[in-house]
Amino acid sequence: MLRWLLGTRDVQEPVEKSLVLCLGDDQPHNPYTELQILKAHSDIVRFMVWIDDIRFASAGDDGVVFLWNVQTGERLHELRGHLRPITGIAVIPSTYHLQSESCHLLTASSDRTVIIWDLDTGSQIHLLAEFQSSVKCLMVIERLGVWLSGADKICVWNYHAELLCETSCFKDADVSLMIELPKNNIAAAIRKELIIFNLVTSESHTWEIAEMRRLSSHEDDIRAIITINDDTFATGSHVGELIIWDSLDWTVKAFESQFWNTGPQPDKPAEIKISRTPYQHETSIHHLSSDTENIFAAVGTGIYVYNLQTKIVIASQQLAHDSRVLHTAKLPNNQLISCSVDGSVRLWELQELPPAEPAASGIFSMWGIGRPNKQDQMAKRKVNGSMFKTLELTGDLIGHSGALQMFLYSKDHGIVTCSTDQLIILWKDGERESQLRSKALFQKIEQDV
Amino acid sequence: MIAAPDVVALTREDDHGERSGEGPAAHFPFPPENPWSKTATAKFEKDFILISEFSEQVGPQPLLTIPDNARGNFDLNYFSLRIMSVDYQASFVGHPPGTSYPKLNFVEDSKVVLGDSKEGAFAYVHHLTLYDLEARGFVRPFCVAYISTDENKIMQQFQELSGDFSKASECLKTGNRKAFANELEKKLKDLEYTRNVLHQETEIQKKSNDKGYYSSVAIEKANELANVEKCIIEHQDLLMQIRNYSYKKTRDGDYFSYEPENDLDPSDSGLEQLQLCEKVSFSDRKSYIPKFTKAKSAKCFEKKLKTLEELCDSYFFNRTLEQLRRVEKFFRGDVCYLMTSQIEKSLLQQQQTTSFLFEDPLLFTGEGKTEKEQHSEKPQSGFHINPKVLNHSCLSTESTGFESFKSCVESVAIKLDQQISVESYHETMADTIPSKNHLGTSDYLELEGKEKGSISSGESIEVLGTEKSCSPLTLLSKSESQTNSQSHHPEFVRRKFVRARRTNSEDSIEVLSTTEPLLPEDLKPVYPTAIHEEEPPSDHKEIRLSRGLVQPDTNLNHTDEFGNISFENRTITLSGLYEPVDPSCCIGKESPNFTKSVPTFITEEYNDGVVNVPPQRSKTIGQIFHSDCLEQVDGGGLYNAADQVFFPCEKEYNDLPDNEETNQIQVDEYMDNMSSISASLYSDRTPSPAIPINPSLRHSGKFKKNSGKNSLWFIRQYSFAQQAIFSLLSGRTLVVVGEQEGKVKKLINALSIFVPSNGKDADPVKQWITSPLHVTELQTWKLIGLQRIASPLGTSMLHSLNRYSRYISILDCDNKTLRCPQYKGQLITRMADHRTQIKRGSTYYMHVHNMLTQLCSQAFLYTFCHHLHLPIDERESEESVTYRRINFLKHHLGLMNDDRKIVQYFAELIKTYYLHEPPKGSNPILRFNYVPTVVFKI
Repeated sequence: MLRWLLGTRDVQEPVEKSLVLCLGDDQPHNPYTELQILKAHSDIVRFMVWIDDIRFASAGDDGVVFLWNVQTGERLHELRGHLRPITGIAVIPSTYHLQSESCHLLTASSDRTVIIWDLDTGSQIHLLAEFQSSVKCLMVIERLGVWLSGADKICVWNYHAELLCETSCFKDADVSLMIELPKNNIAAAIRKELIIFNLVTSESHTWEIAEMRRLSSHEDDIRAIITINDDTFATGSHVGELIIWDSLDWTVKAFESQFWNTGPQPDKPAEIKISRTPYQHETSIHHLSSDTENIFAAVGTGIYVYNLQTKIVIASQQLAHDSRVLHTAKLPNNQLISCSVDGSVRLWELQELPPAEPAASGIFSMWGIGRPNKQDQMAKRKVNGSMFKTLELTGDLIGHSGALQMFLYSKDHGIVTCSTDQLIILWKDGERESQLRSKALFQKIEQDV
Repeated sequence: MIAAPDVVALTREDDHGERSGEGPAAHFPFPPENPWSKTATAKFEKDFILISEFSEQVGPQPLLTIPDNARGNFDLNYFSLRIMSVDYQASFVGHPPGTSYPKLNFVEDSKVVLGDSKEGAFAYVHHLTLYDLEARGFVRPFCVAYISTDENKIMQQFQELSGDFSKASECLKTGNRKAFANELEKKLKDLEYTRNVLHQETEIQKKSNDKGYYSSVAIEKANELANVEKCIIEHQDLLMQIRNYSYKKTRDGDYFSYEPENDLDPSDSGLEQLQLCEKVSFSDRKSYIPKFTKAKSAKCFEKKLKTLEELCDSYFFNRTLEQLRRVEKFFRGDVCYLMTSQIEKSLLQQQQTTSFLFEDPLLFTGEGKTEKEQHSEKPQSGFHINPKVLNHSCLSTESTGFESFKSCVESVAIKLDQQISVESYHETMADTIPSKNHLGTSDYLELEGKEKGSISSGESIEVLGTEKSCSPLTLLSKSESQTNSQSHHPEFVRRKFVRARRTNSEDSIEVLSTTEPLLPEDLKPVYPTAIHEEEPPSDHKEIRLSRGLVQPDTNLNHTDEFGNISFENRTITLSGLYEPVDPSCCIGKESPNFTKSVPTFITEEYNDGVVNVPPQRSKTIGQIFHSDCLEQVDGGGLYNAADQVFFPCEKEYNDLPDNEETNQIQVDEYMDNMSSISASLYSDRTPSPAIPINPSLRHSGKFKKNSGKNSLWFIRQYSFAQQAIFSLLSGRTLVVVGEQEGKVKKLINALSIFVPSNGKDADPVKQWITSPLHVTELQTWKLIGLQRIASPLGTSMLHSLNRYSRYISILDCDNKTLRCPQYKGQLITRMADHRTQIKRGSTYYMHVHNMLTQLCSQAFLYTFCHHLHLPIDERESEESVTYRRINFLKHHLGLMNDDRKIVQYFAELIKTYYLHEPPKGSNPILRFNYVPTVVFKI
């Protein structure tokens, strides 16, 4: 295509053609045939969060938060208050505890402030400026009616922005990630370490936060942490270690590493090894997601599906994208979405392997994990042949010209993506939208008559 | 676009094509003269309007024509005689039996069609009578005639002509009544002054006469006095008659088809004018110095007759002329053109929902406006369009506007009459009129003030300044006037309400704007808010835009008040295009452009590799032009220069060897050359004002013609034209990449007629960009010209093309390749057949437009069929609806394969347009398909 465009002119060839899966323009199973561009930000858009069924907020390095209607693409509010890039965002759902029934939004910025916004009016309710360093993560515990801010220490606040308690300062680094664990416990990632805190509330409405344990199993910085189910959570590190933890006693259930380096499989074509993209050796786990049975890990340029029960990778795409994969999510219909620094979104379908074929063959080979030796694995595969699956590329969404930071998915409204190119794009199912418009049309006709 | 100015030409060309295909006997049937000339004997070329008078001194005489020099060799005097002789108006004047006073006859105008086969002229004749105190029987018969060589035209347009001329006539008569009343007043004052003088003289005579008998001088004086008294009574009676008549007219519901709101207007301005009359008429009165007149009968005959302008008050006279000029402009052209344009308009009105796709934006926004006029709730757009442009047949708005204004003027006097008579009842007859008036109106004002609250006096003063005609007279009886004034009170209250609506609701502004041409300048300040809103100062651009939109319909446009010079520059060719009314202009329609291209086209032709014009060929054309010039000198100026251009070519055809095939080829080639020459010229002259940078000009006549020509060239030169057109019609952005701006723009111009508009302000065509494409631009622009540069920037540009290749089709105009989805269907094959027999750009444009209109209506049907999109009942599955939808497209609309996608795309556009989605401020939606693309090469 490019060569065709360039004609006979001498232009240096683009980078060596990688073996990354490529799909043509013929994508019959890709339903997203409508896009709408939302342009408001003036810098990288890093965060998006659902507020309710039709509203979402976006925030980024320009320090501004925008509120959008996902149905129409209308800009509802523009929340200005931060002077520096926004580093964290969280929604306080509307509850009956609060006087007002509107949702509130928490935003943290590198200007060392946290602002609470009223989302219905778009006004600023509280401005918290008493932080020593910028807050990196925010977490709302709806059950307890509190929210936590993670910076050089963890502070616990109520919805009225009153400080309930705080931990002591961490010496060497800030809290980068937090999740909620059962029994009022909180797991916070500080570089390589995972610290478990316990939140205690007494009858006199005083709160205390106490450090329970420090877990230092990772060899490098923790990049991703997710809750899988009530008694399991998982963390991923910069060097590609995936640890499955027990949520109750904080023990390691499984430790996996080197998804990427299991050595050449016997049935793996040799050329894959020869031509690798510059990113291929990157092994950082950028994002984890889960559907209670499997963990979907974005590792380097690849996507890996790790089954919790069998503790093996059941499907993978080592070269899912041209560049680092930053975000993945599983959709209800066995579909997987990934987005990457290369500016594209890819839609994958998790398919059963056809039983007749050898389990791993061709480019889309399935990768086992390194621990069990080859024979074991082969044996396992024979036993649980139906367990292994493939990730089939069903479509890609191209529109952004910069790295895709993350996306939101909604069954009714499709996919929302945000990117370094300052744009937000709504991807919608064209057929469905057409139907909706027809419906609206006839409604309007009835009204007009 | 349903109708076309050159429909005739189209059929003719087809004829030509067929005939030349039939046999060797075929020749080029270009007759030496206009084949549609109705009567060979006609001594004039264009229709014109004639105003003539039956002068009591010299008989029938022509007064003026519109346009001024239109008559040609036509004998106006003779024709005036003809048309005046058919006046059957019984303008009976004098003392009817049983009355002692002269009586005015208020006769309706008569409308006659007459023909003069000898002169080859047919005329719609409108007779009217104006009043002149000095004329015999106080009447002066006039007639306004629309003269044409086409009898059919007059017969078929009779209703319209009659309506328009009635309005013009009403305008004249209104002015005349005003002037006549003025004249009567002055005369009355003279007479009263005379009477006073005579009275004094008589008294002196009486005093000096103590002999007990009257001298002959005294008797003479007494007689004179009696005579004057009689005169006064007669004139007062006349004044009363004329005012009563005006009054009756304004109140007569049958005569004026007022809308209720307008019906209140008379009282409305009546009141304002009452307030102001007090002052102005006062000063007015002072300025007039009565002179002593010899007592004479009112039926006196004077040598010098007033001119029409004097008779009608120059303001109204000029108004009428303006109106008539508009009428003349409106009825220019062949009757078939008039008819088709009328039909087109009425049809377009029925497709408001889809017309945004391809129609002239003016038409549908304008129609929206007229609709809004009717339904007064909706806010209005800022366009100033004379409703006439939009729907000629329903002139109600304009006419009511005019009449309401007129009634305003006339009702004033009536009110004053009543009031003054009330007051004067208590006063002596010897009092001077001004003082009576003063007292009377001020009292009246107080009364009204209590009745209905305050009225801004500033406004009324301004109005007052204009109205000179309100002069008080005391003629009505007290009782009558009292009842009258009482009966008016409710109306005043209502009027107040109406007035409030005027200033507040935008709707009334609308009405105002339509009546504007007929409102006297001085009256405007009465509605300061309204007028201010009409002309938002910052909206200069928009106004120009609307003008640009109006312009293509020059023929239909009665409002000719746009004096904007820059605008003139841009569209000057347009008026040139429409100026020739006779059908012969159809032949020469392309030529203005051609003529202009003469100085440069030879060089152009060599530069532009696309156009393959053999050198000797162009020389011939050059020679043709040369000879053309000569011929033009001999031509007697019957045809304009544009027409002339073609005739030599035609002659050349005739001179060619009688080989049918070569003829055909050469004609084709010639036509091709013609179009490509002008097209390449057109596009290569970058700063040319003709390039439609302004989206509003996309629909101008010039644009149509040029892009039609370019399209023809495109579909002949590029074998993949249909594929490219399919991309555009199915909503896929087409990017034309090329090194030379001229070539790219020419292609863009050729393709732009296939780009459906999304109904937003943004123009979907972007002629030329030099920066890399961005995905946001794909949403708004559907046809883009992109510069190819051999530089890093150029590479990044191509990379961006590569990245978005899924959403765009790329036409490489340097390598003549096209990358786009393959088209499988029949529709575009018909629309863009490279072997088409159509040879003229505007004809081809019409052909395309015709098909597109058809597609639009199919899309409309598809969009608004309820059961195609929604299940009939709840149990029905989505699949069956989908099936029904496809079935409908296939079997009912007869659309195969990809043709469906076009209609579906149109349907989506219609839906979003109808729903006003997405809301203002957000980006439009980009729809696309995941389909493989193919590279086409020539």
